[in-house]
Amino acid sequence: MSLRATLRAVPTLLRIGVAETVAYRAEFLVWMLTTTLPLVMLGLWTSVASEQPFHGYSSPDFVAYYLATLIVRNLTGSWVVWQINEEVRHGQMSMRLLRPVHPFIQYGVSHVAAVPLRGLVALPIAAIMLFTTARESMSHDAAQVLLFIPSIVAAWLLTFAFLFALGSFAFFLDKAMSLMEVYFGVFAILSGYLIPLSLLPSWLRTLADWLPFRFMLSVPVEILTSRSLGAGRAAELVAAQWIWAAGVLALALTLWRAGVKRFEAVGQ
Amino acid sequence: MIRYLRLFGVQVRASLQTVMQYRADFFVQGAMSLYWLGWNLLPLFILYEDRTAVAGWDFPSALVVIAWFVILRGILEGAINPSLVDVVDKIRTGSFDYLLLKPADSQFLVSTARFDPWRIVDVLGGVALLVYAFVQLGRWPTVADVAAGSLLLASGVIVMYALWIGIVAASFWVIRLDNLTYLLDAVFDTARWPAQIFKGAWRIIFTFILPLALMTTYPAMAILGRIELTTAIACVAASLGLAIGARLLWIGAVRNYTSASS
Repeated sequence: MSLRATLRAVPTLLRIGVAETVAYRAEFLVWMLTTTLPLVMLGLWTSVASEQPFHGYSSPDFVAYYLATLIVRNLTGSWVVWQINEEVRHGQMSMRLLRPVHPFIQYGVSHVAAVPLRGLVALPIAAIMLFTTARESMSHDAAQVLLFIPSIVAAWLLTFAFLFALGSFAFFLDKAMSLMEVYFGVFAILSGYLIPLSLLPSWLRTLADWLPFRFMLSVPVEILTSRSLGAGRAAELVAAQWIWAAGVLALALTLWRAGVKRFEAVGQ
Repeated sequence: MIRYLRLFGVQVRASLQTVMQYRADFFVQGAMSLYWLGWNLLPLFILYEDRTAVAGWDFPSALVVIAWFVILRGILEGAINPSLVDVVDKIRTGSFDYLLLKPADSQFLVSTARFDPWRIVDVLGGVALLVYAFVQLGRWPTVADVAAGSLLLASGVIVMYALWIGIVAASFWVIRLDNLTYLLDAVFDTARWPAQIFKGAWRIIFTFILPLALMTTYPAMAILGRIELTTAIACVAASLGLAIGARLLWIGAVRNYTSASS
């Protein structure tokens, strides 16, 4: 499995990924609509803040925060645990392992291929966000906003590697999906998906600082919306994101290797 | 009728036998229920640490809504969802044909195909939360309020069931709609908030288009003794209407069913 062979396979894998996304477009759309949580929280907190600002957050601040959350979540969302779990249970994993490209690349490329279609949903939201009341609640620092690009890429890689590591547990446990449920609960709180991190009780906020979840979602959202962050601090946060991503990636590949060693093909 | 009751008993027994093979799941389920209970309460705590009341709902009353939500979610995940996930799978693989051949009503067979009894943990957790909320309120509901609350909760369950049957009927036409149940799940999550907290378009959507208010807010208002009689009657009528609609949709869908295997 040389690097050149892998690189040669990438365009084909991308084409397959796009074809898959287009073939199951109705399903795909429904999956995207399931990310309604930010919209519900948006409805809730804007009406709470319309009575009076909530801990310094006005209604437009909440609109900006949750729309940015929706965009980041749409671009970085990953279903790789579900894929690995299904393939292990139905015995299709052996086929995937036979291919001469590392499964991390195979799954990763199929996720990347879905990004343009996901962008189709996320971009109109961004436009609405920029041209309605939320404009004032966005960051006006151009350097800071530019940092959003490396930040979202790092967030994608970190999320994907983390979930790939979780998916590797499908080789050890038959309940990898409940692991996913636990993950989502922790992620939703400590990444700022449910509530802005600054509104959490202080002990939870400290916990969030020391765990990777914040770097999956809250950091790119803060970079887009925070007016007090500044480009310097933003650059530090992006660097921390990349360090986390590299660490988790190494862990994921190790776990995967250990899992494959144990793998006994079930099914046909 | 007696025949259907017996059939119901058989189906429940079959489910019980299946889950008894995985007894350790009881503890997994218990831990998960506690976990999600805390998760559900966190935004509420954050909100009410700052405010004493939002849109007329103080902290204990909002807890009542969450308690109803947890109970309803337990019923949904324990008695409704497993069966319907099962039938969507059957439709996709074509084994639904055999079910239609059985000499009993297909909607009945589909709705009772599978249960997940461990979800009783959720229901008990919800009841405990309800008791706690009334301790916080410092008063107990009257018998009439409890009766009204339970009646409206029952109609909430019917509304939910009708929606889920509608989804399954839709999957006759569009085969791979199994993730629509995830969508409804995600939307159903909103029901943990009192509908009045939402304003404008949100409230209209959650009351009329997706009748989430019917499922938790109105039953909570009933047990708190705050609901008007006309609203309560409207809730019950709406749930019956939805149930009849779902039944008609089901009959129409079965008539149009063309097997996936042929």
